[in-house]
Amino acid sequence: MGILDSIPHVQAVPSHRPWPRAVVTEAGWQAAIDRLVEGGLTLLGFWGEPAAVHMAMLDGGSAEIAVVTYECTSGTFPSVASRHPPALRLERTIHDLFGLVPTAADDLRPDLRPWLDHDAWGQSYPLAGRNASRDVRPYQFLPAEGEALHQVAVGPVHAGIIEPGHFRFTANGEHVVRLEQWLGYTHKGIEQLMQGADLATAAKLANRTSGDSAVAYAFAFARAAEAALDIQVPRRANYLRALMAELERLANHFGDIGAICNDASFALMHAQTGILRERCLRTADTAFGHRLMMDVIVPGGVAREVSPDGITALRTLLADIGEVFPRLIELYDNTASLQDRTVTTGIVKADYARQFGAGGYVGRASGRDFDARRTLAYAPYDHLSFEVPVLDTGDVNARVWIRIREVEQSVALIAQILDLMEPGEIRIAPPAGRGGCEGLALTEAFRGDVLVWLRLDGELRVERCHLRDASWFQWPLLETAIEGNIIADFPLCNKSFNCSYSGVDL
Amino acid sequence: MRKTLLESLTHGSLTEPAPLPDDSALAELAAKVDRAAKARLGRSLAIREVDAGSCNGCELEIHALSNAFYDVERFGLRFVASPRHADVLLVTGPVTKNMRQALERTYNATPDPKWVVAVGGCAIDGGIFRGSYACVGGVSETIPVDLHIKGCPPSPTDLLKGLLALLEHVSGKR
Repeated sequence: MGILDSIPHVQAVPSHRPWPRAVVTEAGWQAAIDRLVEGGLTLLGFWGEPAAVHMAMLDGGSAEIAVVTYECTSGTFPSVASRHPPALRLERTIHDLFGLVPTAADDLRPDLRPWLDHDAWGQSYPLAGRNASRDVRPYQFLPAEGEALHQVAVGPVHAGIIEPGHFRFTANGEHVVRLEQWLGYTHKGIEQLMQGADLATAAKLANRTSGDSAVAYAFAFARAAEAALDIQVPRRANYLRALMAELERLANHFGDIGAICNDASFALMHAQTGILRERCLRTADTAFGHRLMMDVIVPGGVAREVSPDGITALRTLLADIGEVFPRLIELYDNTASLQDRTVTTGIVKADYARQFGAGGYVGRASGRDFDARRTLAYAPYDHLSFEVPVLDTGDVNARVWIRIREVEQSVALIAQILDLMEPGEIRIAPPAGRGGCEGLALTEAFRGDVLVWLRLDGELRVERCHLRDASWFQWPLLETAIEGNIIADFPLCNKSFNCSYSGVDL
Repeated sequence: MRKTLLESLTHGSLTEPAPLPDDSALAELAAKVDRAAKARLGRSLAIREVDAGSCNGCELEIHALSNAFYDVERFGLRFVASPRHADVLLVTGPVTKNMRQALERTYNATPDPKWVVAVGGCAIDGGIFRGSYACVGGVSETIPVDLHIKGCPPSPTDLLKGLLALLEHVSGKR
């Protein structure tokens, strides 16, 4: 049974690919929320337009996805967040950008506090396409009351080389009673800049949504465009894309493993993984002409061939990792002072990981067996063999181990791709004049699944594009993971999540 | 692991020779750094990094400056936690409007003499994000900038060239 079979809808949208999209009335919208609340479906994305809201949902069992659309004829829509908490920040964002108002019964009053809007843009509801003003009130953090409690405010400018965000801790002595995050500091208005942009410009913007996931975003954006246009890219292009995606995953996992250990005052690991990370970036530069491989993946394929030196460099890299990394794993496993900090620290409950549909190492360290590369089996992963590691302790240690196991899988994947890749075309031109069309794609970035939803007009210009980082559903879990831990362990917990700021703020 | 460490002792260092300071950066700085400041600072600079809304690409490359290949601390360049300890603000991003006030406050909290280095295409003029309702566009529209380091993102070598130019000039070596 398909997702839409159990959700009453009035009209399916034929130009939406590869999964269905349907317009629903209030009854259908509430039925969709019911399915999310009871856990039958997972919320994948929730985004707005000037007069409509969309929800993408996943049936994990059948690996099926559907999008439901509610048309906000009176500027309001039934609140999703008041019944399903994972939707909260997305709902506040929709209100900030479009001015659409979520409604609910009085006892479930929607949270209308701004999320991205810090009252600095000089305009309200910038994507609404109409002038409107909003009431400006000082931002209210959620209260925590008690005689012994005190607050610690951190950010947006932090002590390290790190993206800006604000953390408000309420502590009882050293123990964190509540953490509330307030982000939005890196909001650049990417989705508005994309409106009216041609595919090449929009792809560049997608590349710069979150610099550490440049490849994953370019990959997801390209696949969404290709789904909308209903085109297949050449086989070799798919292999090259996966090569870059795995190289990016390796570089980031090395960086993270070292940085987590560094936050537990174990700098040796940081120094060693820093070397491996740098080797990955230099290999990327040799093979694809850019250390972060920006602007190589484009709609229709890839923009450049891998250099002949690049293939050699990749094989050398795999050999280097094979020699050094097992020793580093052993070092991690045998250092009691390190384990003392990571084991049982910052636990994400399995129920929360499932409810929030947490992707990447955050979800997989808490028992959520989902990886877009396998569950949705997009090319070329549909005929590559790899394993998806899953653990269930949900602590910092588990998130380190998931990364360690994924490094091993990525090394094996790169080796397979190098063996399987045959000469051939690497790019096809997008067809012109196809008329309006819509595409949706999910790609597995190093920190979890990236969703891109795209509507193109007849001239291949972007009418509306929504990019959803895995971090949307991971940041809130960090708030739960730190509860009961000491403030000094926050950097460690935070690093083990390594959520994106730019990817969420857009 | 012991084997790795012993091997590291015998194989010599990974750290690479320093690139030459960027000539155009030296030219840009020539007009801006006064002699008194040079005398006070010597050959050491404390850097406070400020992300004013970047995509995080620049931060990744700034991080790389501290790895074994570039080892930025050997030049007397080090990253510090507070603007109060800093001589240099290394600013990235198209300066989002949500970060403008924080950037101004960080600048005001940095004691004189101080220098501002804008890193990456966005920090120069907003780059690909120029014209957005949410971005100011360019660090120099918010605080005075002494040096620009180009690139999207600039490689660690580019960053090092720019920072060495600053260091050379500040220490009055040229």
